[in-house]
Amino acid sequence: MCTTCGCGKAEPVIEGRAREHAHRHEDGTWHSHSHEGAHTHYRYAPAHTHAEHRHDPAQAGGEDEGRRRLRVEQDLLAKNDAQARANRERFAQRGIFALNLVSSPGSGKTTLLVKTIERLAGRLPLAVIEGDQQTSNDAERIRAAGARAIQVNTGKGCHLDADMVARAFERLDAPGDSLLLIENVGNLVCPAEFDLGEAHKVVVVSVTEGEDKPLKYPNMFAASDLMLLTKTDLLPHLEFDCGRCIEYARRINPRIEVMRICAKSGEGMDGWIDWLGRGVAAAALPAG
Amino acid sequence: MHELSLAQGVLDIIEEQARRQRFSRVTAVRLEIGALAGVEPEAMRFCFDAVTRGSLAEGAALEILATPGAAWCMRCGETVPVEDRTSACPRCGGYELQVNGGTHLRVHDLEVE
Repeated sequence: MCTTCGCGKAEPVIEGRAREHAHRHEDGTWHSHSHEGAHTHYRYAPAHTHAEHRHDPAQAGGEDEGRRRLRVEQDLLAKNDAQARANRERFAQRGIFALNLVSSPGSGKTTLLVKTIERLAGRLPLAVIEGDQQTSNDAERIRAAGARAIQVNTGKGCHLDADMVARAFERLDAPGDSLLLIENVGNLVCPAEFDLGEAHKVVVVSVTEGEDKPLKYPNMFAASDLMLLTKTDLLPHLEFDCGRCIEYARRINPRIEVMRICAKSGEGMDGWIDWLGRGVAAAALPAG
Repeated sequence: MHELSLAQGVLDIIEEQARRQRFSRVTAVRLEIGALAGVEPEAMRFCFDAVTRGSLAEGAALEILATPGAAWCMRCGETVPVEDRTSACPRCGGYELQVNGGTHLRVHDLEVE
């Protein structure tokens, strides 16, 4: 279990799929089953004693007495990064402009998505992958707004990874030459490290949060290409200093683009919609 | 944080190596963690112990090699050392920095038997 946020090993559930269980017994046996009844057992080879161990120097690669050092030099995120590259390639082949939306919980991502869907209706085809620890409430909100959506529940996991997105995308049947919005789990820490194959990470910060969010969660702002400052209609009631927040974000990432928007009043929505339109046009496959 | 997924990634790498290089026990693991990789070494130790329980790496010593952070300063036109992502350039005090070192997160080597 994670000491900081309390998350456990991800057991993602993608809507429409049976939940898989895997657990380890005291005796070292792995046991995994789905609710559909399939059942598999794995067992690690028991650690052998020296007496029953016959060395094969050719196989062992050198030393034949006891311990040896093996140079590995493998990146921990290599598996995720390879799947993210595969996702990126698939999106490119279908002319899909994919965005990974990240924020703290409650920044207004889902409301922003609903308003974005309403604005884009009949103009741009789009689909949504919704990530949350539990419930399919968000995917239902998105579907009610008229877009194709699939929910991924990460279970105890605190972020989406490239494999979850690949599996969700498979089931989503997204149209070609379209926009794919991936709403990550509300968390400004972990999703920064996991590439999903998106064109850009978009970090959403609402003005009801602290303006020093970029300094508190720098990795996320370093990884994002666009920052959306949302709920700007509330500014008159708050002491939030937009200029300072932008300055902090640029301190972490000098290239980050910034837009101030309000899904409710519509302020700044035109700029956001245009930005999406340009991205989709650039990603689209050449006609014919 | 995501140390648990990362610790699981360490175990995946160990298990894959065990199949390829034919060993049955790991006694020590050296991990390289960059200062800017966003990983808390203590949380990593905790998670490593948790995920390796009952595996071929149970009880293995975890050694963490910390690599320093570095960034390209656009104003100075050179690579400078940085402590974290909120640091200013130690030469000019500016924030026009592009991180270019200390982001690695990898299994350096294993001691196996």
